[in-house]
Amino acid sequence: MSNQTAATGARAHEWRSRFPTVNYLNADYGIKSWLLTRDHKRIALLYLVSVTFFFLIGGAYAGAIRLELLTPQSDLVQAQTYNKLFTHHGIMMVFFFLIPSIPATLGNFLVPMMIGAKDLAFPRINLLSWYIYMLGGVLTFAALLFGGVDTGWTFYVPYSTNFSNTYVVLAGLGIFINGFSSILTGLNFIVTIHTMRAPGMTWFRLPLFIWSTYATSLIFILGTPVIAITILLIALERLAHVGIFDPALGGDPVLFQHMFWFYSHPAVYIMILPAMGVVSELIATHTRKPIFGYSFVAFSSLAIAIFGFLVWGHHLFVSSQSVYAGMIFSLISFVVAIPSAVKVFNWTATLYKGSISYDAPMLYAFAFIGLFTIGGLTGVMLAALGFDVHVTDTYFVVAHFHYIMVGGAMMGYLGGLHNWWPKITGRMYPEGWARFAALVVFVGFNLTFFPQFLLGYMGMPRRYAAYPADQPIWQVLHVMSTAGASILGIGLLIPGVYFLWSMRYGRFASANPWPATGLEWRTPSPPPTENFAVTPVVTWEAYEFRPVEEMRVIGPGESAEQVAGVHPQVDQT
Amino acid sequence: MLLTQVSVPQVSVPFSPEQASTFAPHVDALYAYLLLITIFFSVTITLLLIVFAVKYRRRQPDEVPRPISGSMVLEVSWTVIPLLIAMTIFVWGASTYFKAYRVPHQAMEVYVVAKQWMWKFQHQTGQREINELHVPVGARVKLTMTTEDVIHSLYVPAFRIKQDVVPGRYTQLWFEATKTGSFYLFCAEYCGTNHSGMGGHVIVMEPTAYEQWLAGGAGAESAAAQGQKLFQERGCASCHQTEPAGQQGRGPTLYGLFGNQQAIEGDGKVTVDESYIRESILDPQAKLALGFQPIMPTFRGQLSEEQILQLIAYIRSLGQPAAGEPGGTTMQGGSSGGTTTGPTTGGASPIEQRSNPLAPTSPRQGSASPQLPPRAGQGGAANANRRQ
Amino acid sequence: MATNAEAIEQEGHAPESAHTALAHQFDNLEQQREAGTLGMWVFIAQEVMFFGGLFLAYLIYRMKYPEAFMAASNHLNWTIGTFNTTVLITSSLTMALAVWATQAGRAPKIQVAFMLATVLLGLTFLSVKAYEYHEKYVDGLIPIAGWFNPNREILSHIPANVTLGQYQMFFWLYFAMTGLHALHMIVGVGIITPIIYWAWRGRYTPEYHAPVENFGLYWHFVDIIWIFLFPLLYLLGAHFGKH
Repeated sequence: MSNQTAATGARAHEWRSRFPTVNYLNADYGIKSWLLTRDHKRIALLYLVSVTFFFLIGGAYAGAIRLELLTPQSDLVQAQTYNKLFTHHGIMMVFFFLIPSIPATLGNFLVPMMIGAKDLAFPRINLLSWYIYMLGGVLTFAALLFGGVDTGWTFYVPYSTNFSNTYVVLAGLGIFINGFSSILTGLNFIVTIHTMRAPGMTWFRLPLFIWSTYATSLIFILGTPVIAITILLIALERLAHVGIFDPALGGDPVLFQHMFWFYSHPAVYIMILPAMGVVSELIATHTRKPIFGYSFVAFSSLAIAIFGFLVWGHHLFVSSQSVYAGMIFSLISFVVAIPSAVKVFNWTATLYKGSISYDAPMLYAFAFIGLFTIGGLTGVMLAALGFDVHVTDTYFVVAHFHYIMVGGAMMGYLGGLHNWWPKITGRMYPEGWARFAALVVFVGFNLTFFPQFLLGYMGMPRRYAAYPADQPIWQVLHVMSTAGASILGIGLLIPGVYFLWSMRYGRFASANPWPATGLEWRTPSPPPTENFAVTPVVTWEAYEFRPVEEMRVIGPGESAEQVAGVHPQVDQT
Repeated sequence: MLLTQVSVPQVSVPFSPEQASTFAPHVDALYAYLLLITIFFSVTITLLLIVFAVKYRRRQPDEVPRPISGSMVLEVSWTVIPLLIAMTIFVWGASTYFKAYRVPHQAMEVYVVAKQWMWKFQHQTGQREINELHVPVGARVKLTMTTEDVIHSLYVPAFRIKQDVVPGRYTQLWFEATKTGSFYLFCAEYCGTNHSGMGGHVIVMEPTAYEQWLAGGAGAESAAAQGQKLFQERGCASCHQTEPAGQQGRGPTLYGLFGNQQAIEGDGKVTVDESYIRESILDPQAKLALGFQPIMPTFRGQLSEEQILQLIAYIRSLGQPAAGEPGGTTMQGGSSGGTTTGPTTGGASPIEQRSNPLAPTSPRQGSASPQLPPRAGQGGAANANRRQ
Repeated sequence: MATNAEAIEQEGHAPESAHTALAHQFDNLEQQREAGTLGMWVFIAQEVMFFGGLFLAYLIYRMKYPEAFMAASNHLNWTIGTFNTTVLITSSLTMALAVWATQAGRAPKIQVAFMLATVLLGLTFLSVKAYEYHEKYVDGLIPIAGWFNPNREILSHIPANVTLGQYQMFFWLYFAMTGLHALHMIVGVGIITPIIYWAWRGRYTPEYHAPVENFGLYWHFVDIIWIFLFPLLYLLGAHFGKH
C-alpha cells in the first residue's frame, strides 16, 4: 500500500510538473481511483473508452457486411453468418454505441459543468450505471462471441421466440440490463438539471445542450422500461413458451412490434437529440453568436421528445395494422418532423452575420446540418403512407436511418469530442489533421449511403445476403457503397490516432481556447475535481459573447496556467 | 383526393424499377413530388450554409459579431409553411395508400402460403406454384396470404406493393399488372437464414398465353374441389349442410354463408370471411354461431394452412352465383340462407369493409375502370376456372 | 437557493458542510433533500412505464378474451386477496407513521417500531402470496408450456368457448404482474433493513430524514400498484358471478 502510494506519488509529481494545476485527471492515480471514482468527468471517460470499444466492434461487423455485398452471391460468408453480422452490427451500434454515446460521455462530462454544479446529483448511481452498462455490454458481447444472434436487432417474433436457434436470451439479457444504465443516467440528469443549477442559472439561460439532454432523459425514463419489459417477455416466451406473442396460444405477434417500436422509435430521438444539442453549442461557439430563436430551439427538443412517443406505428404500415391507425401515425409523424425543421432553420439563421470559423468542430456542425436535413426529409418521405409501402424494409430505409444516425448523431458526437477535447484533456488536437479527417468522413459517408437510397427505390430489400445478379446496376451501387465505407472507416480511424497522440504531444489548451460562453469554459482545462473553485453566479444570458478578458476563469485564477490550486482560499480578484 | 382523380401523370424517375402495375405510376408520381420537396429544401439549406460560411467567415481572430436573438415572423413562417407542405404530402400519401389497400370486389383470387423459405401459391383453378406466380395482364389479382411459421412480407417492386404475411391471420393484397414480363418477387421481412433466397418471379402473361399455361396444368383440381374432398374426408359434412334445401345439421348450413353476417353467441355479428372461417376451423368456440352447441372439435394442427384455404375456397363456392356471369359475385352477392341475415358484401375482407365508407371518393372505382377497360382475359380466366 | 449560494460564495464554504449526511456535490441539505425526492419520483415514473407494458398486455388480452379472463379469475381466492390488500394498506399506514415519526423527531424507538411493523406486514403479504402460488402449483395452473395442466375439477369449470391457451394467458399475466410486484416488495424489505439500523442509531432527525421519506414514497408506490392489480385480477370474475 505504502509502496504503491510512493510510486503513484512520484508519477503524480512528474505529471504535475507538466500540468501546472491539480485537476481531475491527476488528482489521483491508479486503476482503483478510476474504477471506484464518483467524479462525473472520470465516469464520462470510462464511458468514452467503453463506448469506443463497442463502436469498433460494431464497425468491424459493418465492414464485413459491406465486403459481402460486393458481389451478388453470398460467397464471402454464408447467409446465416451474414444474418448474424447485421444483427450484431445493429445491436452493438444501437444499444451500446449510439444510445449511450453522447449522453453518457459528453453529457456526463458537461451537464454538471454547464449548469455550474460540482457533480451530478447521484454520483454513486452514476458509477453504478457504468457498471451496469459494462455488464450488459459484456453479456451481449459474450452472446455474440459464443455463437451469435440472427434475429436482427429488432427481435421480431415469432422468429426470435420460436424459430431462431441462437443466443437470443443471453443477448436480450444484456440489452435488458443495459437499459437500466440508460434509466439511471436519465434519472441523474433530470434531477441534476432540476435541482443543482448554479445561482442565476435560470431555465432560459441554460445552454441548449442541457435542454436536449433533458429531453433525452425524459425518453430514457419513459421509454426504456418498455423495451426492458418487452425483452423480458421475449425471454419468457423462449424459456417457458407462455404464448403472449404466439397466435397458436391466442397471442398476437404484431403486439410485439407495437411494444418494441414504442421504445425503439423514441430511441432514435435518444440518438439524435443530444447531437442536436451538441450542434447548437458548436454553432454558437464557432460563429460567436447566440443561437437564433433560442426558445424555439429549446422547446423543439421537448416537442420532439413528446411527439416522438406517438409515432411508433409508422414502422407498421404494412404489418396488417389497421388502415386508420396507419393514417393517424402518418399524420403525427409529419407533425414530429416540424420541430426538427425548425431547428435546422434556426441553426442556418444563426450563421447569418456571424463570425464563422472553419475549425473542425464547425466542419462537423456543417456536415450535421446538411446530412441531417437529407435524413430528415427522407424521413418525411417515409412517413407518406403510399410511398412507404414500396420502400419500407428496403435499402431506402437503411440509407435514411444511417443519414440520421451516422450523418446526424455520429457527426454531432465527433464534433462535440473535438470541441470539448481541450477541456477534457487539457490538450489541443491537431487542427489540420482534424479538418482533413472531417472531410474524409463526409465524403466517405455520402459515398456509402447515398447509393443505398437508389438501391432502395429500385427494390433491394434490406437484410439480404445475396441479391439478383442480373441487375448490374445493383452491384455497381453496392460496390460504390463498399468503397465509401472503406473511406469512412479510414476517416473515423484518423481522429482515434490523433486524439491519442494529442494526449501526450498536443499543445496545452487554455481554459477557454475557442472562446466559448458556457460555464465549463470558465474553469481551468482540465477542470479540477469539483469543477469550479467557487460556485459560479450567473448574471448573463446563454451565448452572451463578450470580449475574451470578460470570460475568464471564475474564481481566484486569471487563467488555467496561473491557477495554482483549486481551493478558494486565495482571492486574487 | 382530387389529386388522384386526375389521370396519373406519367413520370419516370431515374433509378426506378419498371412500372408494371396500375398502382406503380401513383407511387412514382408521389415519389417525384417528394423528391422535388426534398431537393428544394436540401439545396436551399446547403446553398445558405455555403454562402454564409464564405461571406461571414471569421476575418479577425478576436471579432465578436452583433448578436441577433431571433424573429417571431421567421419562426412562425418556417413552422407553418413546412407544416402545410407536410399536410399536402400526408393527404397524397394517404390516398395512395388507400388505393393499395382497397381490395376490389371483383378479382381473380390466389391463395398464398409463405413458409421458411418459399412462397406457395394456389390458383382457384387448382394450379399450385412455388416461388412463381403466373397472372394475366390487365386482370385484378387478389392475394389472400398467411404463413406457416414466421412473419414474411410479399414484395413486388415493379408493382410497388408490399404486405406482411402474419401467422394466425390472413392479410390481403391486390394488384393489376399492366405489362407482360417477369418481375421480381421478394420477401421483405427478415425471416431467418435463407431470407434473401425467399423470392422468385411474378410472370405476367397475355390472357391467351395465360389460358394456355392454365391448360398446361390440366388435371389439377380447382381449389374448391380439393376443399370439397377435404370436407368429405374430415367428416365436416356430417354436421354441416351444403345444400340450400334440407334440414339444418348440428352445425350451421354453409350454403350461401360466405360474405354474409352471422349472428354469434354472446352479442353481435360477424361477417363470414376468410378470417372467420379460419378461426371457426381452428378455434370453433371463439365465435360460436348463435343457436348451436359448442360441440365442434378444433382442427388445429390437423390441417395445413393450404388445406384450410382450400376449405375456404369450397365454402366460398357454395351458393355463389356462377363466377363470371354479368353482375358477378360482388354487386348483389349470394342469397341468404341458413341462419345468416343481413346484406352480403361479396368477398369482403375486413380492410375492404373499413374502406367502404370512403367508397364515393375512391379513385379506383371512379376513374380506373373507364380508363382501363376490363380485358378479355379477365372473363376468360374466370371462364376457364369454371370449365374445370 | 440563490441567496444561500451567494452566502456560500462569500464565505467560501457551505455553513452546513459540517453535517455528516451532506454529500459533497450538494450545497446544502435542502438541495440534497430536493434532489433525493425528485429522484424517487422520476424513478417511480420509470416504474409506471415498466409495469405499463404488462398492464397494456393485460388490457389487450382482457378485451380480446373477456370470458376466459372472467372464468380464470374465479380461480383466484378473493378472500385471501382482500386480506392481503388490507395487510398492504396497513403497511402503508405504518410506513407513513414512520415518516411522520422521523419528521417530528420522535425517539428512535418509535421510528423503528413503525418501520418494523411495515416490514412484518410486508412479509405477511409475501407469505400469503407464496401460499397462493403454491395453491396454483397444486392446481396445475403454473403457466409454463408443459406444466400448465389444470386438474379435472378446474377443467370442468372452463366454459366451452374458452380455449386452454386463453386460460393460460390469464395465469401468465397473473404470475408476471404479481411476481413483479412481489419482487418490488422483496427489494423494498431489503432497502428498509439498513434504514432501520440507522434509525436505531438515531441518524434521522427533523433536518435529515430523506432516506425514510423516499423509501416511504417507494413503498406507497408498490402499494398503489397492488391496488390496481387486486381488482383487475381478483375481482374480475367474482364481479360477474361464478359459473
